[in-house]
Amino acid sequence: MIISVASGKGGTGKTTISTNMALALGNKVELLDCDVEEPNAHLFLKPVIERTEQMTTPVPLVDLDRCTFCRKCSSICRFNAITVVGSKVLVFPELCHSCGGCMVVCPEGAITETGRELGEVNFGTRNGIRFINGRMRVGEAMSPPLIKRVRSEADPGKVTIIDAPPGTSCPVIAAMNGTDFVLMVTEPTPFGLHDLKLAVEAVKLLGIPSGLVVNRSDIGDQEVFAYAKREQLPVLMTIPFERRIAEAYSRGRSIVEEFPGWKERFCELFHKIEAIIQERSTAVQCGK
Amino acid sequence: MREIVIISGKGGTGKTSLTAAFAALAKNSVLCDADVDAADLHLLMQPEIMQRTDFMGGGIAKINPDLCTGCGTCLGLCRFGAITDRFEVDAIRCEGCGVCVDFCPEKAIDFPPQRCGEWYISDTRFGAMVHARLGIAEENSGKLVSLIRKEVRQLAEERGADLIITDGPPGIGCPVIASIGGATALVIAVEPTVSGIHDMERVIDLAAHFRVPGMVCINKWDLNPEMTEAIEQLATKHNVTVLGRVPFDPVFTHSMVQGKTLFEYGESTATQQLVRDVWAKIIHSPSMNPLGIVDFKTTIQ
Repeated sequence: MIISVASGKGGTGKTTISTNMALALGNKVELLDCDVEEPNAHLFLKPVIERTEQMTTPVPLVDLDRCTFCRKCSSICRFNAITVVGSKVLVFPELCHSCGGCMVVCPEGAITETGRELGEVNFGTRNGIRFINGRMRVGEAMSPPLIKRVRSEADPGKVTIIDAPPGTSCPVIAAMNGTDFVLMVTEPTPFGLHDLKLAVEAVKLLGIPSGLVVNRSDIGDQEVFAYAKREQLPVLMTIPFERRIAEAYSRGRSIVEEFPGWKERFCELFHKIEAIIQERSTAVQCGK
Repeated sequence: MREIVIISGKGGTGKTSLTAAFAALAKNSVLCDADVDAADLHLLMQPEIMQRTDFMGGGIAKINPDLCTGCGTCLGLCRFGAITDRFEVDAIRCEGCGVCVDFCPEKAIDFPPQRCGEWYISDTRFGAMVHARLGIAEENSGKLVSLIRKEVRQLAEERGADLIITDGPPGIGCPVIASIGGATALVIAVEPTVSGIHDMERVIDLAAHFRVPGMVCINKWDLNPEMTEAIEQLATKHNVTVLGRVPFDPVFTHSMVQGKTLFEYGESTATQQLVRDVWAKIIHSPSMNPLGIVDFKTTIQ
């Protein structure tokens, strides 16, 4: 079972929800931090990192002794990542999407592949909770390949919680696509609602069941709740604004470890999600 | 032409609320919303759209079933898992590389360009604004950011404005890289939390590559005064000017609910004065000199 935690707007509490749910459920879960541009889950889960792997993506390497400067590589490349100037071939690795087209099209077999560093993948644990995060190299522009790599490490035997990046474009899609449930986290403000609507559109496009957590539920206005009702988006949890929660967060403390009663609430949140996923899979089996 | 770009690394630290407040204080400026992925500035600016243009991205493969013989060439070549066993293209997985198009022996694959979003030139009560909306689940956000930053520059020149205020995206990836190249100065909005300082450090590392001057404004500083001090020390270490501290104040949310900037809501408050002081520091900083000359002594290290 894979649950992705997403939001549209940044700073609404994705990391808070995913780390607290993981800590509440304990060793049957794993947490994958897929916000590879700004990974934060480790700051709250505090895992011991046991292993780090560097990740690269293939980019072309041209053997000029074999090259006849026929320009087939530059004409197939849709990303302007390889170009022929006189008797030189210029490769722009940062523009390359690793499709391999230039290598396949080269009639001389002059192109092989080398790696462009994308970042690192860290593996760790905390109290039996398996933890993996991706950490994109500063200066790298493309995050989806690293996100996909982190996801490929998911253990099917566990409940997987994915902390997704903000937004609604390709990085978020890479984090949510193929998950069993999207838990959306928002705040009841015009910005929160506007970006939630975009996120809901993205989730509909992917056809994944979803539910909502309203964080800082008593700031702002009631529009988010009216919207959730209209969209039949179940509100699975509300967290009122409390200064002591915000202060604990600022120091890297989790809610479940700091305040009594919250562990049960996060377990309850998970059981609601589990019930929705089961109901849905039963409905699919019955051909409804 | 001078352009300040407001970024943060971490989302939700107050970029857009601060940008809108600065817009209310600035004179003779134009606005740009470079967070094309989840744009919110228009909710406070209520722009009147004057011009609307489609943003066209690259192509997406489309297999014509009448011509396809099911030879499997495309399936073998696609590195993105975008072609199904029934020879259909999963548009969400398709990267737009076109390799399948070029190698299909039957020429059965089309590659129509996609409309990936649209961008707008608008008027607001604080001057002209260029903004955009990237389609859901689209790529090319960096390209769209570069495009609207080019357009806003042109618009500023046409209107005789001498300052561009750009609301940037969160993160450190392609839209952020496209937002900060060529900026006169960056204003980093940070919150005093473990994640706020962690993300600020990454965005500072990124900005150092571009040799752009930087300044930092600490928002909600009173949630953690020790962390606020740590942020100020870290900023100074990287040659980033500390602009000031803005407290956690529900007035930001209250004004947002009414679609207003901080300065259009309620009575004059101490928070308003603090944001005014921050703006004065930005506009009078050496890096914002009217000639737009980059002083390399002021760049982020």
